Parts: sequence; structure tokens; C-alpha cells
Amino acid sequence: MFKKVMQFLRMLRECFVMSVHNILGSRMRSFLTILGILIGVAAVIALITTVSGFSGSLSDSFSSMGAGTLTVSVSGSELKEGLSSADLDTLTAMDCVRGVTPTVSLKARVSRGDAYESSISVSGRNTFYFRENSELVSRGRAITPVDESNMSYVCLITPEMMETFFFGVDPLGETLYISGIPFQVIGILSDDTTESLTSLTSGSSDILVPYTTAMRLNNVNVVTSFTVYLADGYDSETGTTLLEEELDRMFSFEEDCFTVTNMSGVEDTMESMLNMVSALLAGIASIALVVGGIGIMNMMLTTVTERTVEIGLKKALGALPWQIQTQFLMESFMLSMIGGIVGILIGLILSYTLCTVMETDFAISVGAIALGAGFSAAVGIIFGWAPARKASKLNPIDALRSM
Amino acid sequence: MMQEFFRMTGIHKIYPLGDEELHVLKDINLHIQQGEYLSILGPSGSGKSTLMNIIGCLDTPSQGSYILHGRQVDDMNEKDLARLRSKEIGFVFQNSQLLPRLTAQQNVELPLIYADVSTRERRRRAQEMLERVGLSDRMGHYPNQLSGGQQQRVAIARALVGNPSILLADEPTGALDQNTGKQVMQLFRSLNDEGRTVIMITHDMNVAANARRTVHIIDGELTEGGDAGNV
Repeated sequence: MFKKVMQFLRMLRECFVMSVHNILGSRMRSFLTILGILIGVAAVIALITTVSGFSGSLSDSFSSMGAGTLTVSVSGSELKEGLSSADLDTLTAMDCVRGVTPTVSLKARVSRGDAYESSISVSGRNTFYFRENSELVSRGRAITPVDESNMSYVCLITPEMMETFFFGVDPLGETLYISGIPFQVIGILSDDTTESLTSLTSGSSDILVPYTTAMRLNNVNVVTSFTVYLADGYDSETGTTLLEEELDRMFSFEEDCFTVTNMSGVEDTMESMLNMVSALLAGIASIALVVGGIGIMNMMLTTVTERTVEIGLKKALGALPWQIQTQFLMESFMLSMIGGIVGILIGLILSYTLCTVMETDFAISVGAIALGAGFSAAVGIIFGWAPARKASKLNPIDALRSM
Repeated sequence: MMQEFFRMTGIHKIYPLGDEELHVLKDINLHIQQGEYLSILGPSGSGKSTLMNIIGCLDTPSQGSYILHGRQVDDMNEKDLARLRSKEIGFVFQNSQLLPRLTAQQNVELPLIYADVSTRERRRRAQEMLERVGLSDRMGHYPNQLSGGQQQRVAIARALVGNPSILLADEPTGALDQNTGKQVMQLFRSLNDEGRTVIMITHDMNVAANARRTVHIIDGELTEGGDAGNV
């Protein structure tokens, strides 16, 4: 047994040497055949790595924004259109809730002196929101509980608004007219507020005011959209259940009064969609691999026909069918593997370039490399099998007769 | 008891040809002693190639018994035939049939690869054999860098490197000019003098005359030609 294995290994080595000879012997043809596999593998690797880098970045930003929060949007019933401040207090008092930030949005005409803009988006927020997103205020102060309870006419503005209305003037303490009502500017928002979760779910806003003030501007006394921050130790599943129970009670168990969206659910959906897309793309790219495999098969069949005399001669000299088969299999395997290895390298370079251009994370996926290598090895063996078999079955007499 | 070296008894080879049959070999009886130098002389179409294939264990007879070195060849399978070829038969073909991408030495090593001989041993034996045929200064040359006669001598070295019982040559001088052919014949003769069994298949009476014994094959039937030579 051991002897047989050793003999097989020695034969593999001999076949390796012969294959190198033969591949180098017909360089152009070998190159073109290898190219077929190379393109397929490079495409598969580039697609998988790029998509996985993209989905990695996406889920990173998702979890940094959305971890442990639930978004509730209320459609309300006939008796109860939304949640009052008292209801929000009730929710905030729940064990599983760390805090609640309502979102009250409106579009308003904003002016100062001669300058005005219509349809500026204004959002009402509460104190907790600013405490959670401490990086939100770059200058000035945030909204305080006093502003909230007094429904003060104070606002924070984005740097963009600052440029529009306060060119060359320090806006802090100045007055800005929102829907004709004078508001005092108390703070400047930092630049990257668009990155925050709430802006993602409710659109970015140019001006923030106390939510109670926004309710007054909107002429409503209920909140229909808010985000719940879960306390430590509660995952989104449990949080959602508990929150839904409480909301059901508030809406007297009427149906379809609200929806609770949980970010991890969104993330899961997103991820499975991306996985599907990546599988689809890889599937399409692997068609190229199959085509490459057919190229290998074609070359090997031609080779076998061309080398009929060589095969016959080797058989006459005592080569066994399995030895001939091993030689030809080795050749197609090597063609395919060279294509595979170079293809992996090119695929990685390609996806690195793509990831850099798209500014997503580039990570070498071991799985993708293993897939590329495994796939090209399999292609070499599967498509090399039939020609190698044909060679090994060749009758030495017929083969020698053609000389 | 001495084991039988080479005996063919009642060998027939019949190819089906549509509804008819092509009777290529008819009742061949041939007995060869170890160390003989035999030529099989016959015109083309006489069945001598078929006979060579059977002698060379490339083919099996339809009927009859063939014993080579004490072993019954006629009912062997492909695998055993290949092993037997590797061990017992050294082929020399008309056009030398060297692999163009291998050097002379690599060509000579080829049969040893399939006989699973180690690299070092292979090299040693190939070099030894090339020296024996007078090509010690041509080992690294590729076939296209060698003359026809040199190529044929490489082919003879390749046939002998596995130390076979029989050197089986098919028209070994067919592609050579007269002078070179003569040199090859001298080589065969001296190999035979060293005790090698040589069987040569040819259509050329002059070539056959180099052997110590000649048999004629005509229309698939073998007749003893007696001593054609001048021993």
C-alpha cells in the first residue's frame, strides 16, 4: 500500500515535469487557455471581495448608528392620534427603556433680514436626543429641559444655514424667523449630523428646535414618530415585544395603530439582500469559469489528438493507462491552477482598487480565495478528465500506426 | 526445468471486416532461443506488422498460445501486457520516434519512468546506455540536433535501457541511408554478440541477411527460411 502511494507520488512528480515541458512547449495556446480560467476566477474573486467589503462597511455603520434603538411610527386610532408628552414619560419610565426622543418635523419659511428660504426642514427634538448625540453641537448649547417645558423659541442651525443667513456674523444669540416667529439661535450643529441614525430614518434637518415648540408650530399636541433607546441588557427582540405591549395598552388594543421598526431587522434584511446580490454576481461570473473550463477541455482534446504518436510510443514503452491519464490530468490541472492563482491575484488587486474608489473596507476574504482555488482545481480536473481518459484508452497499435 | 523463452503455437489473428473476416495470421508457429538474432522478412501486407504487434505484446492473438519468458501472453489484459512490455520488450521503430521536446538522455530515461526507477538510477543507466551506442557526447542534444543515424542509436539505447529480453526492431534502417543503415546493423550484431536476443522485422532481404536466422512471412503464413546468414 505504502509502496503504491510512493509510486503514485513519484509518478505525479514526473507528470509535473512533463506538464511543465508541454505547457512551455506551446506557450501561446497555453496562455490563451489559462486566460480563460484567469478571467473567470478574477471576476469571481473581485465581485465577492468587493461586495463583502461593501456589506461590511454598511453593517458597521448600521450597528454604530442603530444598535439598541427602536423606531416607532404612530398612525393612531380615531380616539388617539398620537402620543402625548405624558405617554412619552410613561414609556421612558419602562425598565427596558433608557430614553425616548420624539421627532416632530415640519417645513417652514425661514428668514432673516432680506434673506429668506422657503421649505426648510425643521425638526423638534428633546434633551435626551442631545445627551445621546453629544457630538451634535459644535458650538453654543444644546436644548435643555427648561426649553422643552417652556416651549422656548430657540434653535440650533447647521453650518449651511449659518452661511446662508449669517454671512460674516456670529449667529449665536442672533434672531432667525421661522414661519414668521423670532427664534434665538443658541447653537451650531456639527457637520456630520447626516451620519446619525435619526437623520437616516427621518431625513436630515437644517434646524433643530425643542420638540414641544415644534408641536406648537405644527399646531398638534401629540407625537407620531419617535425613537426608543433600549436599556443595557435588552436586545431588540425583547425590547420590541415589551414596547408593543405598552403601546397596545395605550391604544386600547386597537390594531394597526403603530409600527415598531428595529434596526437590526433592517440590517438583517440589508445583509441578506447583499448576500443574494453577491451570490447572483458570483453565479454570473462563474459562467466565465465554465467557459474557461471548456477552453481547457478543447485544448486538451486537441493535444491528445496531436500527441497520438507520443501516447502510443509511451504505451509501447510500458506506460500504464493510469500513468497516461495522470499525465494529461496533471497538465489540465496545472493550466487551470495557474489561471486560478493569477486570477486570484488580479481579482484581489481589482477589488482593492474598487474598494478604494468606493471608500469601503477592503478585506481579503479567505473564503473567496479558497473558492477561487477550489473552483479552478475542480474545473481543471473535471474538464481535463474526458481528454485524459481518451488518451489513456488509446490503442497503442492505432496510435503507432499514425506515425 | 528450463522455462520456455519464446514459443508461439498455432497463432491466428482474425479481424472482423463487416460481414467477412480478415484472416491476417494463419497458424503461426515460431520458436526462438535466448540469444538468437532473427529477422522476419515479408512484403507489406503480409501480416508482419500484426505479427510484430503480437510479439511485442501490443496485441493479443485471436487464437493460439504465446509464451514469453515462461509466461502465457495470449490471454493477458491490457495492464499486464503493459507491464510485460516494460520488462521484456525493447522497441525500435522505423522513424526512431524520439520525443522532440526531450534531450537524448531524457528520451532514453523515458521507459524507466514508467518502470518506476529512481531519478539517479535512471540518469546513470541512460548515460551508460548512450555510451554503449557511442553517443556519450550527445546526451544533452535534442533530437533535431542529431543526425538520422544518431537518432536511431538513441532509440536503440532507449529500447535497451530497461534491459529487456528481446530487442524488437521494426524496419530499423528504413529511414536511413545505406551507410548509416550499415552502422546500425553492426550495432545490432554486436549487441547480439553480447547475448541480446534480437528480432528484426523488415521487407528488405539485404537487411534481413544481417540476422543469423530468417523466417519469411507471406500472406499471413510463416515459413522457415533457414540460415540466411553467413555465420
